[in-house]
Amino acid sequence: MPEITILKRPREEAVITQRMFFKKTARGKVIKVLRERYLRDDISCGVDGCRVCDASAQTVLSRSGDTTHKNFPTGHYILPDTNVFLAQMDLIESNYFTPPIIILQTVMEEVRHRSLPLYSRLKALTTTDELKVWVFYNEFRSETAIVRENDETPNDRNDRGIRKAAEWYNAHLKLAHPPIRGQPNLAPPKVVLITDDFANRQKADKEKIPCISVRNYVDGMKNSDQLLDLLSATGSDEVEPTRAVAGRTALYADYLPMSTLLAGVKAGQLHQGHFNANQYNYLEGTVPVPAFTKPVLLVGRENMNRAVQGDVVVVEVFDEREWKAPTDEVIDQEATLKNDDAEDSEEEGDDLMVHEHESKALRAEHTKKAPTEKQPTGRVVGIIKRNWRAYVCHIDSTSLTSSNATSLGLQTVFATPVSRLLPRIRLRTRQAPSLVGNKILVTIDRWEITSRYPEGHFVRTLGKAESKEAEQESLLLEFEVPYRPFGKAILDCLPPEGEQWVVPPKSAAIPEWRDRTDLRDLIICSIDPPGCQDIDDALHARRLTNGNIEAGVHIADVSHFVHPETAMDSEAAARGSTVYLVDKRIDMLPALLGTNLCSLRPHVERLAFSVIWEMTVDAEIVDVRFTKSVIASKAAFEYGEAQLRKDDPNLNDKLTQSIRLLNSLAQKLKAKRMAAGALNLASPEVKIHLDSSESSDPVDVEQKALHETNSLVEEFMLLANTSVAEKTQGSFPQTSVLRRHLPPPPTNFEKLQDILQKRKGLKLDVSSSGALADSLDKCLDPKEPAFNTLVRIMATRCMLSAEYFSSGSVSRDTFGHYGLASPIYTHFTSPIRRYADVLVHRQLAAAIGYTPLHPSLHSKMHVERIMEVVNRRHRMAQMAGRASVEFYVGLALKGRNEREKEVTEDAFVIRTFRNGLGVFVSKLGLEGLVMFKRDTQFDAENYTISVPSSDIGQPDVTISVFDKVTVRIEVEKDKNTQRGRVKMTLVSPVDSRAL
Amino acid sequence: MSSRVELINAGLLRSDGRRPYELRTISINFGAQGTADGSVTYSHGLTQVRVSVQGPHEAKPGTRRETFHDRATLNVEVQLAPFGVGERRRRGRGDKRLLELAATIKSTFEPVVQTHLYPRSTIDIFIHVLQLDGGLLPACINASTLALATAGIPLFDFVCAISGGVHGTQPLLDLTTVEENDVPSVVVGVMPRTGRATLVQMETRLHMDRFEDVFRVACDAGKVLWSEMRDALRERTGDLVDKLEAGPGMVAVKETEET
Ligand SMILES: [Zn+2]
Repeated sequence: MPEITILKRPREEAVITQRMFFKKTARGKVIKVLRERYLRDDISCGVDGCRVCDASAQTVLSRSGDTTHKNFPTGHYILPDTNVFLAQMDLIESNYFTPPIIILQTVMEEVRHRSLPLYSRLKALTTTDELKVWVFYNEFRSETAIVRENDETPNDRNDRGIRKAAEWYNAHLKLAHPPIRGQPNLAPPKVVLITDDFANRQKADKEKIPCISVRNYVDGMKNSDQLLDLLSATGSDEVEPTRAVAGRTALYADYLPMSTLLAGVKAGQLHQGHFNANQYNYLEGTVPVPAFTKPVLLVGRENMNRAVQGDVVVVEVFDEREWKAPTDEVIDQEATLKNDDAEDSEEEGDDLMVHEHESKALRAEHTKKAPTEKQPTGRVVGIIKRNWRAYVCHIDSTSLTSSNATSLGLQTVFATPVSRLLPRIRLRTRQAPSLVGNKILVTIDRWEITSRYPEGHFVRTLGKAESKEAEQESLLLEFEVPYRPFGKAILDCLPPEGEQWVVPPKSAAIPEWRDRTDLRDLIICSIDPPGCQDIDDALHARRLTNGNIEAGVHIADVSHFVHPETAMDSEAAARGSTVYLVDKRIDMLPALLGTNLCSLRPHVERLAFSVIWEMTVDAEIVDVRFTKSVIASKAAFEYGEAQLRKDDPNLNDKLTQSIRLLNSLAQKLKAKRMAAGALNLASPEVKIHLDSSESSDPVDVEQKALHETNSLVEEFMLLANTSVAEKTQGSFPQTSVLRRHLPPPPTNFEKLQDILQKRKGLKLDVSSSGALADSLDKCLDPKEPAFNTLVRIMATRCMLSAEYFSSGSVSRDTFGHYGLASPIYTHFTSPIRRYADVLVHRQLAAAIGYTPLHPSLHSKMHVERIMEVVNRRHRMAQMAGRASVEFYVGLALKGRNEREKEVTEDAFVIRTFRNGLGVFVSKLGLEGLVMFKRDTQFDAENYTISVPSSDIGQPDVTISVFDKVTVRIEVEKDKNTQRGRVKMTLVSPVDSRAL
Repeated sequence: MSSRVELINAGLLRSDGRRPYELRTISINFGAQGTADGSVTYSHGLTQVRVSVQGPHEAKPGTRRETFHDRATLNVEVQLAPFGVGERRRRGRGDKRLLELAATIKSTFEPVVQTHLYPRSTIDIFIHVLQLDGGLLPACINASTLALATAGIPLFDFVCAISGGVHGTQPLLDLTTVEENDVPSVVVGVMPRTGRATLVQMETRLHMDRFEDVFRVACDAGKVLWSEMRDALRERTGDLVDKLEAGPGMVAVKETEET
């Protein structure tokens, strides 16, 4: 055990070791904050065989450093400053970038403050074995610790600290490499400061610290060819001084200084929120802010002022007289800007032209609206935090200068992101011609006030556009799904028996059997969708002698295999959830667990965590208990199979009886939930049939069939989750992992209510979930059975999404789950594929005294942090799944278009625009746009447009929201971007191609 | 921004540069404090408390404070300095948290002070918290031990207290405010002569195995602390300490008043 010591801090050191500052609290009170630090002499330099540092300390830097750089023949290590990591992470992560790196604590902490994603990438670098990376805790070593001077900014202080550490290192290496008698006096390797800050380099030169810019450093490397393309635009300044930047006119307003922004937000004059781009209109965006019920509308490029989807921005709201309503027009970036030149347009003519196009697009529209539709309108005055990442893009082939089409010269091109929410990115690359037709990954580096577009750099190629591999990977990247194979450290956490693992024979001495109930004789079965490999739940029911019924839900005992603070646990926490794409599943846990050891397969013994109720025949709960168990499932059914078995009058075996019992209870449970006001929501769900694993060409798209047995399983899972939530919340009121669904603000429904009222004379009562459920039931169109589903889909979109939270972090009265009308809820039933469930299993195990709770689950902050990640991952996984379905629907349509002469489908109108219609094809679960080339008679008040009839002489045809129309669906390939897109045209009531 | 502070970094250094088992610097100043019989200003890291001990004196007639015919009463009062404590709220003398703190200190010392020697009298322990950065209870207890000893109050043993916590599975000793806010923590008081733990206080839940780990190192840390406190006392009171260490009931010496 390490020795316990009392550190002695000399009084005279207090100047650099103590800090006192005043901090304003959220309530506006000023408090005094005291901090101190202890400076030490035992912080090692990390160089192998250093004669000065403690010999026992671990080292990773080789004694001679890297000798392959042409500027540093005597060997060197690099010491990059913070901005190098912030701007050039792709370069540093490249396999070709191999010099030994010294990362200062100052730099680590700055990166941590500036960007958590970059910080985790940086941390990952420090733990990779192949790389020689040493973290030097300069702020704690007595010679390198510094204090901020009175007139110094925090940035300047950090820069000085970095230079100080570089200076110390170079002096230290001289001591570590004393001349050896009889040998030529070799110069020691150098520690080279890498920074793109010109002023910092000047200071370093003066202090005789070796230093260099990123570009010059890369130029001198032996792999410079491969690495130069990875340089981000922020680093390219010095080689190509931006041509007459000063002379160019600013297109955007400068951002206000951070202090002004923060003060403004605090005073309520400015508002902070996330920027959301409008997917229909690239010249419009919104920022939801707490001060207004409706989000703040930003109209036009200048007012959006370089905000990118997801950025945390600060907006100024205009005077109410200048408020506007959102446009009713579809404005497409590619169409409007197709002639813009990617090379910095220096001729003013270009700018003017673009400007004219855009203002035409925005014209008049906003002012005509009824005052009720107007919403707070404003402009972005600053950015609190950029949320830029790598985006999947295509190269716009028209942006290549034709003479350059085969050359390998450096040129500037446009990269069009796949997501409609993002602006085009200007990119400088030497490989433009070879990138055309590929999906590529591009990162935004900066967005200057003089540049209409953001500038970025190329990261890597994903593959040919529309190839399944490229599309699949781009989907995963676009939704930030971690998909690398599980590493060795993670696989080492699995049981050594591997696939051969079995539940050991029953014995009190065997740890697996400790405190476990033996349920192997129970008639348990699982019911899942077809083709399910990760069976995480199974059920049983039987009559008790007292006339009541015992029902049980048995969940795979994942927490038996996944222990806290192991590599496997942190990986699962980071992944958050399994992601299901149409043709691929990205597991949260290694497949050995998911599809074997934790899959409750039939006829094998498995460890489970069981919830067992005693219920009356009316499904009133008499008692509930929780226990770890060993089960042996008797059968694995698909929904349809279980349904047939239940309905087959000839069958009367125990298994069938069990299913019938479960079914009758489930129906009663459901009736109770509905009576309590639960919502029956709908989302467009379709299923893709892949005909064979090799070609994986979709054969057909069909709507998911729902059996009674789907509902059977669902009811019992809901019940298990609710029972577990009550238990864990009782035991751990501060940190239990729960799930809630906040009631939507009534204003979210305003538009839908208005449409329903005006188009169908229907009322939507949103005063409570129960009232909403009732009024949704009444939204019927006798002629159109699908109408009700459509309204449900639209209502669902007005709601907030459910979220995980830590019970101590929010007030008790906001625990409720709106959609389920349940006062408390959590996720317990799918620990193989959701990380929240793993935590809930641990908490339940502790609540029943099976194992003590891991200390991390007592920390509110720790649980909150995990919840944040899990919520985000959960959202992303859903979106990735949906996007994957969309891609295959597109492929299916393409196939049908080739086979059939014309693909037409019925569709509902869900939105009307001045120049088009938004439609929903329920059979395909597909939403699309029908665009008209010319303006129509548009009645925004009544959600109606009038278009000339196809037959000459006939009166105009009116089309309104909720009308059923027929559309022709084609998949056309955008010539420029190689991006396949679904194009819809109207067939009936009019043929829109004539329009 | 506290969530942005890493409590222990990959190099196993804490946010203030200490390693897990390193205690912060300690300074002990004995100084006269008005009419006090024993007074100590004790700082541990940035936490600083001043404790004055008065008595034993006869309970003043007419006070409502209870007295016992067979022993002395301990009266503990804790006050926060109005500044320097980093508190969001000014806490008055009647504040619930301060009352709890005082009660804990009182019950810690009641079995240690040889109260039976002074029936029907009172010993006052006045605690002023001058500055706060974690470890308030241990600082109060250590300072009270020192103040009682300099006041010449006979003790069966001393009490040395220290806070400990667990970050993940790593035990930490002597927590700062930043650390106290995020990790489960305990306060352990040990009696150096007998080696027994006399106080264990926990406000958060802690895993049993983790508790054992941190409890063990905290007990050891208590002994390390004691040697520091003993040195300071020796310097101040000469052989008094040695006599005290020899066993209970040996001394009831009241040091001559110093000015
Ligand atoms: Zn060294």
